Amino acid sequence: MDYYGWMQLLQGAWTTAWISMVSIALGVVIGLVIALIRMAKLPIIDQILGVYVSWARATPLVTLALFIFLSFPSFGINLDKHFSAILCLTLNTSAFNAEIWRNAFLNFSSGQKEAAEALGMRRMTYFRRIMFPQMVVMSLPALVNEMSFLIKGSPAIAVIGVVDLTRVTNRIAAVTYEPLLPILCAGILYMCIIGVLIKLQQMAERKANYLAG
Amino acid sequence: MTEWEIIWQQREIFISGFGNTFALFFAGSIASFILGVTLLYTLENGSKGVKGSVILVINMMRTLPFLILAYLLYYGLPQAGIRMDAFTAGLISLSLYHGTYFCEIFRGIRKGLDSGQMEAAQACGFSRFKTFTRIIIPNVLLRSLPLIANQLIICLKDTAFLCIITVGEITAAANSIQSTYFIPLNAFIVAIALYWIISIAIEQVSKITLNKVQDRGLSHA
Repeated sequence: MDYYGWMQLLQGAWTTAWISMVSIALGVVIGLVIALIRMAKLPIIDQILGVYVSWARATPLVTLALFIFLSFPSFGINLDKHFSAILCLTLNTSAFNAEIWRNAFLNFSSGQKEAAEALGMRRMTYFRRIMFPQMVVMSLPALVNEMSFLIKGSPAIAVIGVVDLTRVTNRIAAVTYEPLLPILCAGILYMCIIGVLIKLQQMAERKANYLAG
Repeated sequence: MTEWEIIWQQREIFISGFGNTFALFFAGSIASFILGVTLLYTLENGSKGVKGSVILVINMMRTLPFLILAYLLYYGLPQAGIRMDAFTAGLISLSLYHGTYFCEIFRGIRKGLDSGQMEAAQACGFSRFKTFTRIIIPNVLLRSLPLIANQLIICLKDTAFLCIITVGEITAAANSIQSTYFIPLNAFIVAIALYWIISIAIEQVSKITLNKVQDRGLSHA
């Protein structure tokens, strides 16, 4: 592997990183919105979202990526491959994040709500000042865990032609005819990225346990 | 609906793809389950060096995407002189990858077990192997049922990655049909529905098993 190969590898890592980061940011927010809507228990929307969550959790990322990339143009919507990749990862991770947020809602102690109501707090203020900050701390370990799952699933976007850290190994191997080294290096890069996330998860867990105990 | 008719005419491809996915999933999950239990046994009774290396491998697998492992086995190993077809490479990578995840699940549950039963078994003169098979394994397995079901669904979803290394499973079937007849929407709806059906089946089976276990009072064994 020459200098050019290494640069390609790093570029692939950067593509994986930025697509994952955008999807993570969107997924966390959309997941929260879905959880909030589901907690409001609107009759039909709640069922639709329930089906969406079940669907997104059962669909493999590869299938979803191909589905989005290939079938949207037949509706006349032409998607850029990077945009399809982000859409695919976001659709998938939002469903998991929605469940995490919902769990935090359901496990929230009602005593604090009663105390806030007794003090005459409005519901919005209660949510913003009391409920939300605690929910963030409580669900952070699970959210970070989901982030590392998303990065582990991100090679799926290679199937629609995004040159990410996995696909770039094929490109390098096509030039050097030595696939072993680039694949191993890509593996080590993934290990570094996800290893950092796992460390973060452990830190978040310690913080959450400290606050819960 | 001529598009659905085409899908129906090409059902053979989908059926063989479904068969491949199911074979991969079934064989892979059984192999990884056995691997997980074996790794747990080595963690329980192995020497210090073995334990350390098992934990190192588990931690490495936890930070590695599944596809990279499949790539390594299918594209990387031929360079080292080991050649296998796509299906075998897929099956081996699936078993290795999920075996370590299963072991990680069992290890977490094992840590939370009360040591009283193990001590009682020791006091009754159980050998280490007997303690493992009669005391630890039933406790760990019955407690980890929901986590096992979850991991099985992840395992099912990971089989879809194998279409990238040219295994002819459901996603590959849908892809080949859509590229021949240009009906991506219908082809992938069928593929996604098939995955959905399998994972709902897994969830239901795990729910029924969990209820059975709780009915018979085994969950507090």
